[in-house]
Amino acid sequence: MPDDPAATAPTRAGALDEVPRLRAEQISKSFSGVQALSQVSLDIRAGEVLALLGENGAGKSTLLRVLSGDHHPDSGSLLLDGTAVRFGSPVEARRAGVRVIQQEPEIVQHVSVAENIYLGALPRRGRILDRRALFARVRADLQRYGFTAVLDPAEMGSQLSPAQRQLVEVLRALTSRVKVIAFDEPTSSLSDHEVEALFGLIRRLRGEGVAIVYVSHRMPEIFTIADRVAVLRDGRNVGERRVSETENDELVRMMVGRDLTDMFVRTPANPGSPAQVVLELSGLDTDDVHDISLQVRAGEVVGLGGLVGAGRSELAHAIAGGVPIHSGSVTVSGRPIRLRAPADALRAGIGFAPEDRKVQALLLHRTIRDNISLAILSRLSRMRIVRRKEERDIAKRFVRQLSIRTPTIEQVVGNLSGGNQQKVVLARWLAHRPKVLILDEPTRGVDVGAKAEIYSIINNLAEDGMALLVISSELPELLGLSDRILVMQRGRITGELPRDEASEERVLALAMADEQSPTGGTA
Amino acid sequence: MTQTDDRELPAAAAATKAHAVSPARRVLDVIGVQNISLIIALVLLCSGIGWKNSNFFLFSNIKTIGTTVAIVGILAVVQTVVMLLGGLDISVGSAAGLTSVASAMVFTSTSSAALGIGVALVVGLAVGLFNGLVIVYGRVNAVIATLATYAGFRGLANLISNGRAQGYTGTDSTFIFLARGSALGIPILIWVFIVVALAVHLMLRYTDIGRNIYAMGGNPTAARLAGININRYVVGCYVLAGVIAAVAGILLTARTGSGQPTSGSQGLELQSITAAALGGVALQGGKGGIPGTVLAVVLLGVLQNGLTVLSVNSFWQDIAQGALLVLAVVIQQRRRGIRAYGLPR
Repeated sequence: MPDDPAATAPTRAGALDEVPRLRAEQISKSFSGVQALSQVSLDIRAGEVLALLGENGAGKSTLLRVLSGDHHPDSGSLLLDGTAVRFGSPVEARRAGVRVIQQEPEIVQHVSVAENIYLGALPRRGRILDRRALFARVRADLQRYGFTAVLDPAEMGSQLSPAQRQLVEVLRALTSRVKVIAFDEPTSSLSDHEVEALFGLIRRLRGEGVAIVYVSHRMPEIFTIADRVAVLRDGRNVGERRVSETENDELVRMMVGRDLTDMFVRTPANPGSPAQVVLELSGLDTDDVHDISLQVRAGEVVGLGGLVGAGRSELAHAIAGGVPIHSGSVTVSGRPIRLRAPADALRAGIGFAPEDRKVQALLLHRTIRDNISLAILSRLSRMRIVRRKEERDIAKRFVRQLSIRTPTIEQVVGNLSGGNQQKVVLARWLAHRPKVLILDEPTRGVDVGAKAEIYSIINNLAEDGMALLVISSELPELLGLSDRILVMQRGRITGELPRDEASEERVLALAMADEQSPTGGTA
Repeated sequence: MTQTDDRELPAAAAATKAHAVSPARRVLDVIGVQNISLIIALVLLCSGIGWKNSNFFLFSNIKTIGTTVAIVGILAVVQTVVMLLGGLDISVGSAAGLTSVASAMVFTSTSSAALGIGVALVVGLAVGLFNGLVIVYGRVNAVIATLATYAGFRGLANLISNGRAQGYTGTDSTFIFLARGSALGIPILIWVFIVVALAVHLMLRYTDIGRNIYAMGGNPTAARLAGININRYVVGCYVLAGVIAAVAGILLTARTGSGQPTSGSQGLELQSITAAALGGVALQGGKGGIPGTVLAVVLLGVLQNGLTVLSVNSFWQDIAQGALLVLAVVIQQRRRGIRAYGLPR
């Protein structure tokens, strides 16, 4: 892309007058002939938050893995405090003080938080675990970093929320004299107040002189927390900016190499003629959600807002027949349906793309074709024999229609990027031709370009008369997509906002309506 | 999110390869890379044994290998189905013993081979149904459930037969046909193996049932949300395992001329799991297929026969079988690029 103004050489302001804590120099790495990183350089400085930005496939995660010793670069070098280092494994990197916080940290389920934190370095007296010393140490650590209210040292690993899990992982790092700490999209499973707590911690670490790398897709976070931002595209350095000297549009341009002026193309349904109600719930009650009544009309996108844990995903699972319903009714196009299993929901015309596509939706070892046809196999079969030509045609059609980037429909889904995987999930449900489509966090872990595409797919579906229920924790997305927003809190709907009255503040206000303290901690 | 940058890379790698699909590549795709190594091992083994003793290649010897592996072969085929689903059936050997006894006892008291065979199949169906119901509705882990029935069915077989061989089927034409008959020069035992393997292979590959089995093994949550009735499939697969175990039991009765509660069927469960694992079926489900399992069955049969032909101490045969399995799985894991940390899956 020679004509791209953003694709200039990295500006390395201030790089000359100090030795960076960790310097990556001309790192190249290829996998089976494909260049993942080519001559990428990066300076990570003590007491600074460096944001690493780039679309999926830009090379961010590969770079993090090189830094953490998980991958060995083909060429190039790492310099820790000016000395060349070579990490043979993540363990060696950790010993040297370089640590990557994974999004889903490994937590031992059946032992306490304290033991999880000091895993591998438990205080002992002889061969006997010194529990008293362990707990005293952990309490002191929690005190020091201000997390006494959010983390109980005696709690079991299995009881922890995603935020608490990350906290445990961070504390593991902190208790082992960390020099460089990298966060790989830490906020993707956190609620807003948890994000605030995490940012507080990052600021404190910065104050203590730790060098911090912060990877995120969420632009506002980068402006909140980072000092400097480095952008990667296609495995190369695109540029570096001081956060105070750049703006959102410029960074997006650098990431995608094109302008993304209007991500949200939602053209709201014609308000003059109220369409037919497709999905209607009344008084729905399950283990996790209570007294839910709502309507979704044909051609309408209804957004479900709320904090993480407010019961939105649980509601979605209930409508999709995934969990038992205690009372209340579900009606599709005026016909009441009995939901005992997901098959019942499918038959009634309800499609559901769940939140965690890898765990709940995809057959990662199977092909795109297998994944797209999964929910329509019986319809595709004649006398139980799957009609393979029709199957291929359908897969090909959706690959084209949703612009899933792949050389062939026989590609294994695990090899696709997050955005393309999400489109495969969408394709599965579109192939089923549902009347109602429930999308739980449809753009989570998806890069900017694919996000815009998914928004336009959603918009087109609504224009074609489908009824859509979309759950999103990203407020701009929720506001941009929805004709109407329902806000949930603690398993109940606490309010409804039409598109023109909705704002981030109003959604948040409803989401936290009667909560005493937003942190909701154990204090 | 967990989607990492390098996930996209193999896709791109495939993109570059897709431009030039060589005929060799296509053949490889049909057979599968996994099976190629089995074929290579088989060829090496055959030429090695044949070089030492040319009698190995005699048609009569090949028939011997075929009839020896037929019974364990059909059990390995059905074990493959259960394992693809993410389960395991340790009770197939015991079920074969139980149905063997049942077929012989019914035959003895009614002198009807058809009735004996019919009852054996019904017993097989019942034991499979029992396994499936315990697993699905008792929510018992498949290994534990079939470990329990492994002991239970064996005990039942010994109980009804007083622990002794039952009846004599060696004079009945149907059983003689099954044991020693042949069609087109190929023994009936081998035909049964071929038919069972082919039927299951076609089911797995071309029907929605097969595709749903792979889907369930690969991701049960996704399969359920896609409307697949998981419980029905689990029960169905264990019923199939029971019925096929009954077929094995009937063949066992025919071969030995009597209903055998223990001898002949003991150890078949482990041999069938060995063959499936050697053939590339993943224990966590969703990966593998009948061609791999059949190749592995043949490989194990050839190994056993070859060592016998070379008059190697039979204890060495067990060691060789074990070594082969470890070696094969280690190679599989290496190929998949499994990293050497954490507990193996």
